[in-house]
Amino acid sequence: MQSLSKHEGAEEERKRMLTAIAFYVFSAIMIASAFMVIAARNPVHSVLFLILAFFNAAGLFVLLGAEFLAMILVVVYVGAVAVLFLFVVMMLDVDFAELKKGAQQYLLAGLAVGGLLALELIFIVAYHWNITPHAVAAAAAATPAGVSNTVALGRILYTDYVYYFEVAGLVLLVAMIGAIVLTLRARPGVRRQSVWRQVSRTPENSMDLVDVEPGRGDKA
Amino acid sequence: MGLIGFYTWAFQNWLGIALPWGWAWTLSQVTLIVVFAVCLLLLLAYILLFDRKVWAAVQMRRGPNVVGAFGLLQSFADFFKFMFKEPIIPSGANKGIFLLAPLLSFTLAFAAGAVVPLANGWVFADINVGVLYIFAISSLGVYGVIMGGWASNSKYPFLAALRSAAQMVSYEVSIGFVIITVLLFAGSLNLSAIVRAQEHGWFVFSILFPMFVIFFVSSLAETQRPPFDLLEAESELVAGFMVEYSSTPYLLFMIGEYVNIVLLCALMSIMFLGGWLPPLFWPLNYIPGLSWFMNAVPGVLWLLGKVIFLFFMIAMVKAMVPRYRYDQLMRLGWKVFLPTSLFWVVLTAGWVLVFHHHA
Repeated sequence: MQSLSKHEGAEEERKRMLTAIAFYVFSAIMIASAFMVIAARNPVHSVLFLILAFFNAAGLFVLLGAEFLAMILVVVYVGAVAVLFLFVVMMLDVDFAELKKGAQQYLLAGLAVGGLLALELIFIVAYHWNITPHAVAAAAAATPAGVSNTVALGRILYTDYVYYFEVAGLVLLVAMIGAIVLTLRARPGVRRQSVWRQVSRTPENSMDLVDVEPGRGDKA
Repeated sequence: MGLIGFYTWAFQNWLGIALPWGWAWTLSQVTLIVVFAVCLLLLLAYILLFDRKVWAAVQMRRGPNVVGAFGLLQSFADFFKFMFKEPIIPSGANKGIFLLAPLLSFTLAFAAGAVVPLANGWVFADINVGVLYIFAISSLGVYGVIMGGWASNSKYPFLAALRSAAQMVSYEVSIGFVIITVLLFAGSLNLSAIVRAQEHGWFVFSILFPMFVIFFVSSLAETQRPPFDLLEAESELVAGFMVEYSSTPYLLFMIGEYVNIVLLCALMSIMFLGGWLPPLFWPLNYIPGLSWFMNAVPGVLWLLGKVIFLFFMIAMVKAMVPRYRYDQLMRLGWKVFLPTSLFWVVLTAGWVLVFHHHA
């Protein structure tokens, strides 16, 4: 394919432009849908906008070269967590207009916190603030040379950070066991289906053959 | 460079005479995607007919046999019937979401096709995380169902939507573990690499066989095929989440469902049955001349054959097995499949470690 070479310069330029366009599209939709999450009147619409925001975040991860994180974000947050959100919100019978009535009094506090966060973000972006030089030095590219994103993540997670990784898993396990312990109630007198008992039933242990004389009924 | 690569190269050069290079590339890709989608839809028309014919044969009926010879044009007749009927939107429905739901199901089903390698090098997007991409897309399929069920503003569709949300989330967990065992064996998440890893033996003929069975049953649950079609159990829920749908929106749901099934069959063939590779294992590879012939057959036909074989099994399950009860479904997913697949992940990891299955 020699014909490709003469186009290569233009190709690079076009790639940069396409990446920029994709970035701005993803970011704009993400910010708009994040705003709609709090602005939508219908809570189900809010959750759907949240899902759209997750999806565009995954798109941004792909642009960064972190394709594994993008897919995991979609699988975990969109495919499982948001489904449960939607599940709960659909079942709730709450009048959200009623709930929002008293929200005005928190306006000042909310604005203060939001403004502070926005200010910090602006500082970081505008002044190229590096939190610590050490953190910057430790930051690695999403895809180091010759290695895919998945392999790079695995190499870091299972070597340098293996203890943190295991502890994170343990925290999740504790949370799961805690949720089960808190909600499990042993209710007496509930008739449960035991598949083992059903399958192991035989005519010998579940049937009585009675020879009844004619005319005497079962009083024998 | 493969047929697709050659085609793209030739098409681009031809277009490149009149157009800037980037446009030529985009146009050639779009043409290819349209051709792929049309082929998939045509395949679907006959898969639908095949499904009905198998079902009929098991029940000793003839099945559709009026439109065209042997009913070969039945799917097209159905298609036009759906297209020309009046779409009805219930007055209490949430209109936007009601119409968005079938579009979402349809689009997502086709989006998964982008990473499926049809033959060596025949793939639109050869991305590193192909399996995860398909897994993510198929986990999004639940939104079409939930949104449709909720937006209908009707009791039966809503109940069906709640059922399906629980069902699909449950079975996704074991599908995820099965995918992990396959990627341990193959050492890659790229679908083409998974197929190439099976050149010396398909994964179904290894210790992964139980995982193949679990994946097969879980994909029945994931696509709401019988015996796990609890969300459209017609004896309980009329037609489940699709009760209020008619005409083209209904058609979109139905096509999306079948495209999903075909894609899961393709994924199963790629992960366990060697994808585009010909079946050249032990007794067959000693027959002189046979391996030459088998290698000469294009890979896409082998993949198609495997997909149709798997779909035949799915159709037979539909015809023969009675529907599961809801608690049985949950029990199977959480108490049988999840522990088994979790154990198998550990077992496979140990196997790979001990026997150095891949470098």
